[in-house]
Amino acid sequence: MGALPKPVEELLEAALVAELTVVREDGRPVTYPLIPLYDGERIYMTSSALFSRKLEHLRRNSRVAVSITDPVAVAGRTDRATIQGDARVIEDDPHGGWERLLPIWERKEPAIVAFLKQRVALPLFFERALIEVTPRRAFFWPNGLTGAAPVVSSAEGVQ
Amino acid sequence: MRRLSLATNLGLEKLSGYPFHVLSWVDAEGYPMNVAIGASINPGEGTATFVPPAGLPVPTDREFSLTGSHIRPQPGYGYDERRHVTVWGNAVRQGEVLVLTATSAWGWDEQELPFFEYSERSVGQSRRYFDALSAERGTPVRPRLSPGWLILRATRLPFLSATIVPVVLGIMIAAAHGAFDLVTAVLTVIGASFVQLGLNVANDVFDSMQGADEANVTPTRYSGGSRVIQYGLVSLRRMATTAAVFYLAAAAIGLVLLALRGSVALLAIGVVGLIVSFAYTAPPLKLVYRGLGEIAVAVGFGPLMLLGAYVVQTGGALAREPVVASIPIALLVALILYVNEIPDRRGDAHAGKGTLPVRFGPDAVILGYDVTVAAAYAALVVGVGLGVLPIPALLALLTIPLALRVHRGLRPNYDNPYGLMAVMAVNIQVHLFAGILLVAAYAIVLVAGAVAPGVPLFIR
Repeated sequence: MGALPKPVEELLEAALVAELTVVREDGRPVTYPLIPLYDGERIYMTSSALFSRKLEHLRRNSRVAVSITDPVAVAGRTDRATIQGDARVIEDDPHGGWERLLPIWERKEPAIVAFLKQRVALPLFFERALIEVTPRRAFFWPNGLTGAAPVVSSAEGVQ
Repeated sequence: MRRLSLATNLGLEKLSGYPFHVLSWVDAEGYPMNVAIGASINPGEGTATFVPPAGLPVPTDREFSLTGSHIRPQPGYGYDERRHVTVWGNAVRQGEVLVLTATSAWGWDEQELPFFEYSERSVGQSRRYFDALSAERGTPVRPRLSPGWLILRATRLPFLSATIVPVVLGIMIAAAHGAFDLVTAVLTVIGASFVQLGLNVANDVFDSMQGADEANVTPTRYSGGSRVIQYGLVSLRRMATTAAVFYLAAAAIGLVLLALRGSVALLAIGVVGLIVSFAYTAPPLKLVYRGLGEIAVAVGFGPLMLLGAYVVQTGGALAREPVVASIPIALLVALILYVNEIPDRRGDAHAGKGTLPVRFGPDAVILGYDVTVAAAYAALVVGVGLGVLPIPALLALLTIPLALRVHRGLRPNYDNPYGLMAVMAVNIQVHLFAGILLVAAYAIVLVAGAVAPGVPLFIR
């Protein structure tokens, strides 16, 4: 049993892309499509140094939302979910620290391993920070029907 | 320059192409909230109308965003066709619906802005990231590559074929003329390689100082420099030192060869070679900035390399044959630079680097390729016809189909740097394979001379 309701976990495990929304300094929400990597407790995403503006926002405000909304990106599943949580940026070793998530990443995007072998061609893309999201609350819409109120559950067990 | 920020009506127009939209706002507790909705988009009026999601308090006193996102899953690979767009605005309640008036938009579509160009345009953000991390830690944090990959990238080592081909050919011609010494042959290959590595690294240093590499947002595997300075992998100072070390090592080997051979011709070739190599991008001559890069490369990697290797072996004696053999090699190596300058031309123009593709339009540039490559093969045929080059040298004509592939690929890919990459690869092969076949021709001459001395291999 993970930190999130099973249907939400299944969506996270299947999703090729999720929307990470962060809060800019001026209070504006900013959304980035990223691959969600779930380890059964926390949601991880990675950000290249090239596209690291989101990390600047996260350092100022750690509150985030992660959504799985696109049936195409979850092998046709129609359920939808949004997880609110607190993010921590892990950047002790941008060169290789993120590679511990490679096995989960590879399951979703097998080509990443071949890309990594060509690291010399795109070195900055593989300088990456980890975004670790600790879930606080999950909203779930069975069959993706967001016209109806979501099923809300908390994930307070995660420290 | 294409930007990721979009005009609001364009953002809305793009958003209208997505089957659903992710509505985002910051809730009362300060967390962002996302819900998939179907908004009715009106780009003309700059608005998006939607029914607020059920069961969730949606405040109207703050900014909202609507995001469209798309990928196409590719089983066993991952996904492609990445694109997304976000439109921000403020919403007012009108009865049962909310009407968002767009105030700004941004997005990315890899069909419009290829991922590699997007990455290149984001290099400044990477620099800011590492600078901030360094400031936070109080110690420099920089991107890295393993030493082997870094050397390969910083020196552009694979391009050494431009040196190996003429030098080995010069040595082979000398051997066919009865002059061969293994030690000086090896030293020649190493010394000449150091000249090219010095040139490659110095080229990055001077292009960086003059802003040409910085201005280029469409570098490819074969063009746009090594970019190790722009990426923060190696400092400008360290690259300058590396170039100096390569040149000094080349000069030292040149002095050893001079001491061993005592040839005035070798001294002259060595000095001219070093000057041409350095003056390629270095002020005040900056030959490549004046549209003279092709001539410099043709002279340096054609006659100078080939004759230099030849006179080392012969102890200074010159002959017509290596001069004639160097002509096709010179033209084909110049064409490597020429074609590789095509994708760089916008950045080069911005930096005041007046290469030939900057100075001339596509028709003239492609005609220039055709004429030059035809001249290379014609020189070969004439050289054989006049009895200067051996008949097996005609083997190099086997590369004509590759040259035709380059010709056919130039026009359709002229404005597509990444499509041109395959064409550039073939163009490099034209030079490499032609050179290998010429070396093979002289191997035939040597073997035939040893086993069947009477067989005529030259037209007399």
